[in-house]
Amino acid sequence: MLSTTIALNRFGLGARPGDQPPADPKRWLLGQLDRFQPRPQALAQVPSRTEVVGQLAEYLAAQQMAGRAKRQLQRASMQVEGALPQQPTKDADPQADATKRYFRQSIRDDYLVMNAARLDSALTTDTPFVERLVNFWANHFAVSVDKLPVIGLAGLLEFEAIRPHVLGRFSDMLLAVEQHPAMLLYLDQAQSIGPDSMVGERIAMRGGKQRGLNENLGREIMELHTLGVRTGYTQADVTEFARALTGWTVSGLGRGPAARLIGGSPGQFQFAEALHEPGTRTIIGKKYAQDGEGQARAVLLDLAASPATAKHLSTKLARHFAGDDPPPALVERLSKAYLATGGDLPTVYRALIESPEPWAPRPLKFKNPWNWTVSALRAVGTEQVEPMMATNVLRQLGQPTWQPGSPAGWDDIAASWAGPDALVRRVEVAQRIADKAGSTVDARALAQKLFPESLSEPTRTGIARAESPAEGLALLLVSPEFVRR
Amino acid sequence: MNMLSRRSFIHAGGAAGALATFGFPKMAFARANTQRRFVFIIQRGAADGLSILAPTGDPSFAGIRGDFVQDSAGGAKLASFFTLHPALAETAKMYSDKQALFVHAVASPYRDRSHFDGQNVLETGGSAAYRLKDGWMNRLIGLLPADEGKALALSTTVPMALRGTHEVSSYASSQLPTPSDDLLARVASLYEGDPQLHELWSAAMDTRMKAGDSMKSSSGPKGAATGALAAKMLLGDGARMAMIETNGWDTHSGQRGRLNAQLRDLDQIVASLKTGLGPEWSNTLVVVATEFGRTARPNGTGGTDHGQASVSMLLGGAVAGGKVIADWPGLTQAALYEGRDLKPTTDLDALIAGAVAQHYVLEPSRTIATLFPESRGAAVKQPLIIA
Repeated sequence: MLSTTIALNRFGLGARPGDQPPADPKRWLLGQLDRFQPRPQALAQVPSRTEVVGQLAEYLAAQQMAGRAKRQLQRASMQVEGALPQQPTKDADPQADATKRYFRQSIRDDYLVMNAARLDSALTTDTPFVERLVNFWANHFAVSVDKLPVIGLAGLLEFEAIRPHVLGRFSDMLLAVEQHPAMLLYLDQAQSIGPDSMVGERIAMRGGKQRGLNENLGREIMELHTLGVRTGYTQADVTEFARALTGWTVSGLGRGPAARLIGGSPGQFQFAEALHEPGTRTIIGKKYAQDGEGQARAVLLDLAASPATAKHLSTKLARHFAGDDPPPALVERLSKAYLATGGDLPTVYRALIESPEPWAPRPLKFKNPWNWTVSALRAVGTEQVEPMMATNVLRQLGQPTWQPGSPAGWDDIAASWAGPDALVRRVEVAQRIADKAGSTVDARALAQKLFPESLSEPTRTGIARAESPAEGLALLLVSPEFVRR
Repeated sequence: MNMLSRRSFIHAGGAAGALATFGFPKMAFARANTQRRFVFIIQRGAADGLSILAPTGDPSFAGIRGDFVQDSAGGAKLASFFTLHPALAETAKMYSDKQALFVHAVASPYRDRSHFDGQNVLETGGSAAYRLKDGWMNRLIGLLPADEGKALALSTTVPMALRGTHEVSSYASSQLPTPSDDLLARVASLYEGDPQLHELWSAAMDTRMKAGDSMKSSSGPKGAATGALAAKMLLGDGARMAMIETNGWDTHSGQRGRLNAQLRDLDQIVASLKTGLGPEWSNTLVVVATEFGRTARPNGTGGTDHGQASVSMLLGGAVAGGKVIADWPGLTQAALYEGRDLKPTTDLDALIAGAVAQHYVLEPSRTIATLFPESRGAAVKQPLIIA
């Protein structure tokens, strides 16, 4: 396996038919750090945050109206003597239901467009190493569109919080992510209320419904985004951090008693003093006396600077580039680079490129479905995909975009992707891609281009003996070389 | 009120002296092939046992659960102490037919609150996350005759519980066009020299043949389709053991509506499994379990946060059902684990090992040592399976 092949496939996203193989693979990778475009042409048409949040607000308002109408109808039916209690009906307010359907569909359309744009960006980029890193960090800070408010916002999290910071400091990315509406809504932070905050006390006085603290975001920041699990923090630290985070919310989407108190234009991060738990917090032995928004921000900065965070992030990066069992020496080297520069990500990437472990001349990783799909489409020169098709293919391959189902994101080990059924599906998709490409592609020549001087004999002969050009191409796309990197 | 004492076991329908050990007449390890079938349904995300099987007879229950007490309205009363969530209507019928057994305040050895570590412990069968590299279901295969150990994951890839040295297949219904037989054959020969891909491909082709074409278009609710597919796979000679993954149990907010939908889906899975398996249902054990439970009190956003003990279910015609097993810890502040979660009093490892050993007539101590090698307890001895 030549280093050119490694640079193209393990670091990059696979070659395109027109690409010249890089003469100096390391320099090619380093050069990408200067050329990367946070907002390439492929993303020019994606809906704005204002649009998405506007639709979401309309949806939520219609939902509230529909709910109110349903309750009124139920009450009315109960007042009729002898009448059987009615089942909740969907037709209590047809207008509100229609509005709800309309905006739900608009939000789904946003998702389709954004997923296709993200794929197009990966297909057309000439900085595939950095594009891979965007994908890596988007998965590190995973949200999942199982929750309705996240459907339209998940793509924006990647475009607005990950892409602009992929070549910056980790702490900046961390802050951008934790203050993004997608994350605040996904991990329930937007509705968390300090029990002793102004709103919390008002609720308690009225003896109203139990509303208060939610520790979901606080826990996942420590466990998944920064320190990593089992690194010494306790349940008490999680709860204290959750208290510090109260007040971090999103404007323009609120319901209930807090909505009025949150100013700002819809969809923006807001610090709502009225929700914030007053007082000094103690987290992992350190006191945070700051007022307001600055309190959780100070905690985040400390978390980002922690050696545990450096090790956690370095382990994940090493696993992504140097194999399912990350080499300890590489993890150590990346951690040092991180800590020496206050979490400057390009420094960490340079340390990665200059390390020997990711250049081992044998396949180290089984591609995940996204990576496999991108490299297959790049191989045949596709530059734009139809939104519905893009979504369906990734779903059928087992990696629906922005829907890992949990905040831990997708696993990055072969055992999670190399399943019997998963392999058959790749063959199914490969056949579809190959049929579409027809006889325009000579798989024999393409194979040499994608894996310069690294093609195995069985793959070479397998392709050469195929009964048609399309079949040869399908075989190339599912060959051992192609499903791994 | 001795029902509430810390060390009492609650039973209904079952014999009061059910704690007695009957012993197993055919306890030898080498044994003949049977028609036994086993399904493990994992609830990923920490399912709230206190809503699924609500301890409505506990005097602290109403005070601690807030709005969630309304979840139990209309649910089946079990053992005069518990109320099953009304969304589990078909499961309730199984209980009255003595085909469902619930174990409450049960938990794996994992005592922290990370989903991902908790699921790893639940699936590997270790005592801490990432200590074991293979799953307990895969190790179970090694205890069974070859035919009986054929296992299948109802998903595109193989989940942790089924990973390991024994070959396991995976299958899920697909909407993609079927590749030509010629291409399939050529892929097979392309993979011949690649051990990993060769093994995956052989398993896939084997399963695919057995699933047939009818699985391409499954209709109806998601849960019903999953159950029907599992039943079909378990009836052929493709698999005797299957794992079904369910997601979405992490109800930090809006729990009442979400849990209702989750449980309806689960109810459909087991109901359609039962229908699909027909007479073989009487040879079937289904275990339903989650990585941990949730806080006893609602949180500030109409949900619950990560907790400890939850409820587990044994379902199937092979189950000695119609009872709830619980060494009930109570819900007073002092009784809660760290003042917030239902305290674990029954060991999930011991329960699974006991159920599986009885189901397959395996030696219990060897079963627990294989499935849960780091467990210090003994497999549950009470009758869980009809002898």
